[in-house]
Amino acid sequence: MAQNDQNETVKLIGTWSSPFALRARVALHLKSVKYEYLDEPDVLNAKSELLIKSNPIHKKVPVLIHGDVSICESLNIVQYVDEAWPSVPSILPSHPYDRANARFWAQYVDDKVFASLDAVGGAKDDEGRMAAAGKLMECLATLEEAFQKSSKGLGFFGGENLGFLDIACGTILGPVSVIEAFSGVKFLRQETTPGLIQWAEKFKAHEAVKPYMPTAEEFLAFAKKKFGVE
Amino acid sequence: MGHQANGSNNDEYVRLLGAWPSPFVLRTRIALNLKHVPYEYLEEEDSLNSESVINYNPVHKQIPILIHGNKPIRESLNIVMYVDETWLSGPPILPSDPFDRAVARFWDVYIDEHCFTSINGVAVAKTEEERKEAIAKLEQCMGLLEETFQECSKGRGFFGGDNIGFIDIGFGSMLGPIKVLEKFTGVKFIHPENTPGLFHWVDRFYAHEAVKPVMPDIGKLVQFARLKFNSSIFK
Repeated sequence: MAQNDQNETVKLIGTWSSPFALRARVALHLKSVKYEYLDEPDVLNAKSELLIKSNPIHKKVPVLIHGDVSICESLNIVQYVDEAWPSVPSILPSHPYDRANARFWAQYVDDKVFASLDAVGGAKDDEGRMAAAGKLMECLATLEEAFQKSSKGLGFFGGENLGFLDIACGTILGPVSVIEAFSGVKFLRQETTPGLIQWAEKFKAHEAVKPYMPTAEEFLAFAKKKFGVE
Repeated sequence: MGHQANGSNNDEYVRLLGAWPSPFVLRTRIALNLKHVPYEYLEEEDSLNSESVINYNPVHKQIPILIHGNKPIRESLNIVMYVDETWLSGPPILPSDPFDRAVARFWDVYIDEHCFTSINGVAVAKTEEERKEAIAKLEQCMGLLEETFQECSKGRGFFGGDNIGFIDIGFGSMLGPIKVLEKFTGVKFIHPENTPGLFHWVDRFYAHEAVKPVMPDIGKLVQFARLKFNSSIFK
């Protein structure tokens, strides 16, 4: 299969509230890739023909369309962008062990952290909510440890520069802020997750993130509407 | 061989913590064999209570764990990628083209999230209805993988083309559990008519020099399933 020409057209199907679509946008910005952004206004109820055609198996955003091929799954897209546009900055680290570590923790975010967030949001009663909240606290404490080891005091999971693991983790911030607003409980706290607190501000302020990341208020308004809550 | 430019020392001691019935461990063994990496294999019978496992993988307490020097690498697909990136002599496991790599990664995630989940679903189903649903889902997975095989192999022998690659390893490791289910349910998941490509690929995969020495014996897997799954289909 011939390497896709970097000059071929690039489109990204996403939705503004999706943490997963955000990952793809940050990656494309980091690599200064020009692309057309196609928003799915009601991706849960009314998927576009293009989305169904380009991601027939999962029918989910984000989908990156590069020339005549499509790439699905947010972390897969980020890796693809890093490899298809190999100019600096690199998104994944260069050393195989650091790469393996970054992939491991990114998977942890998808498998455990998002699952905990969903469990808190979907809990049926107070007992369930407390248990789910406890689990989320544990996950964030584990992520704090991972941050301390990975950042080596330099500010991002990727060190001096924003990298793969920052992109993977940064997308929990919107959902976490919503859960905090609904529950009145602070999950990211100075006492337990000091590294993540500082990192969160750096992440949100980064030039590759700021244009695309909804504010906490926007997320909250969206969540209230989605869950029919005042 | 020796030091790479990025500082990793391929001569450092390699250990693999594993368990013989695990398809995830099998993946890592195939990858190490493909790259002719000498390693010490350590069987962990009770990974949840093993000091080594808890020490090297405190987050998940699961095998496989590859320990290179003193650095642990966890999660089977992650380990396969690490092996591919660290030992550069020997055939590449992932393709070089970014799109082909993305396709390979996509299908291995699919295999874990859908195939393996369905395999497990058939084994642990509490009702006939649940089992039928899981069987149908697994059959659907096989259909998609047959299509993928046709597209990726392009008439050659493996998903990876002439040599086994990332999808071959990801899916091939599930063949043991699939064969066990075929025996107990009477359903042929890989079928000469419905999935002809896969049907013939299975024999090639099993015969591969990197796979043959480490593929668990089906008889032993059947016994293992009988003991592990307290479910009517395994009696």
